[in-house]
Amino acid sequence: MKITLDADACCGAGQCVLIAPEVFDQRDEDGVVVLLDAEPPAERHDAVREAAAICPAAVIGIHA
Amino acid sequence: MSEMTRPTAAAPLPVRPPSGCPAGPPPHADLLDRGDPHTAFGVLRTTEPISKVSLADGSWAWLATRYADIRAILGDTRFSSDPTVPGYPLSGMTGGGNTDNRGFIRRDPPEHTRLRRMVTREFMVKRVEALRPRIQRLTDDLCDAMERTRERTDGPVDLVEALALPVPSLVISLLLGVPYDDHETFQRLTGTLLARAVPDAERAAARGELRDYLDRLVTAKGAAPGDDILGRLITEQQRTGEITHDDVTAFAALLLIAGHETTANMIGLSALTLMRDPEAADRLRRDPALIRGAVEELLRFHSIIRNGPRRAATADIEIDGHLIRAGEGVVVAVASANRDDRVFADADRFDPGRPNAQHHVAFGYGIHQCLGQALARVELQVVIDTLLRRFPAMRPAVPVEEIPFRTDMSIYGCHALPVTW
Repeated sequence: MKITLDADACCGAGQCVLIAPEVFDQRDEDGVVVLLDAEPPAERHDAVREAAAICPAAVIGIHA
Repeated sequence: MSEMTRPTAAAPLPVRPPSGCPAGPPPHADLLDRGDPHTAFGVLRTTEPISKVSLADGSWAWLATRYADIRAILGDTRFSSDPTVPGYPLSGMTGGGNTDNRGFIRRDPPEHTRLRRMVTREFMVKRVEALRPRIQRLTDDLCDAMERTRERTDGPVDLVEALALPVPSLVISLLLGVPYDDHETFQRLTGTLLARAVPDAERAAARGELRDYLDRLVTAKGAAPGDDILGRLITEQQRTGEITHDDVTAFAALLLIAGHETTANMIGLSALTLMRDPEAADRLRRDPALIRGAVEELLRFHSIIRNGPRRAATADIEIDGHLIRAGEGVVVAVASANRDDRVFADADRFDPGRPNAQHHVAFGYGIHQCLGQALARVELQVVIDTLLRRFPAMRPAVPVEEIPFRTDMSIYGCHALPVTW
């Protein structure tokens, strides 16, 4: 799994951080999403998929 | 295209269910049906997911009721949040039709993005988590006061007045940087704004007084900006010419109002739900790790924003085969989306262990999704955990029929919740 972000479109809701805190964080200066792990291990894939499904601005891309 | 399916007459917004009760109502059905729109929403989701509704001023708008359609609309910025855009359905919406110095929630990109990002970090997950101990402390203090009141009077305590309203008021005071000596004034004014048994003139006076108070607060902070949201807005945005004094005041009013009434009503309804479902309360008491998920389910189940949010189409847009034309308004029923059986199995049932509860749209969806959601979650988690631990015997002090529900308000909840233990 490889994750991409469209950070410009992020609205900083923070749901990805709640669901997958090992993979996503928020920038200190403006709360915009940052990626901590672009290729997370298999045990985190479900959480990442959940975060992508819930993201209100649909900025999380998942690639096989 | 769906021209053929368009009804000619517009039905009123379903604020009241039709008479008659289905056989074998689900648990909590009595809570829901108290002037609630869920029965009517359920019919619309099946028969006419995008329907025409009449508004109080005689105009009409589309009413979207299905989860998928609602995510499609709220996720598409061609549906404008700007109430000055032609077709925006202002009539009867939360906060009325006032468009003066509107905050960022009533603006579109790029202005919305610019303004929202000035305060986004204040509500990000790690900032809010760092606040948890202080939220716990002020919740404990309010619970101590409730115990003292109970000992002194030996009568019921109004949980709304004693806990649900002050928690979010104190938390937002803390974040905005309201001086401690002003807390009483601040709470009195916000309390008057939100109380039901207040004449309109008094409420209008309180609104004016609060606006003047916030204006003076921003001026005072200009002289000595502190380590708080208003202080940072002044030093980083106002002094650099990005925004004006009035914009800072508008931020203060928006953050106060958006975070107060909503959280307060969720606290009241959550406490009531758990008092009336001892089995769920026991489960959460035994395993507090379940509270996080239970809060998502409470948000889904109660969906306190009624008859909104609202949008105006700025282009002809097809939603699930239904054409919404530029200049037409849409009322997006998030409360209905959260009861959509296509997404939430047995959706009218409160299930604190529901696996996909967090898919709810109680905080909205799209770029306007609630900025303060992490804070609201922590406040609810702390209050529920504290009530379950400290007041295991708490129960309503009146029959549920006598609890004054906010069927007359655009944010649902209880006006008062007398409890005993």
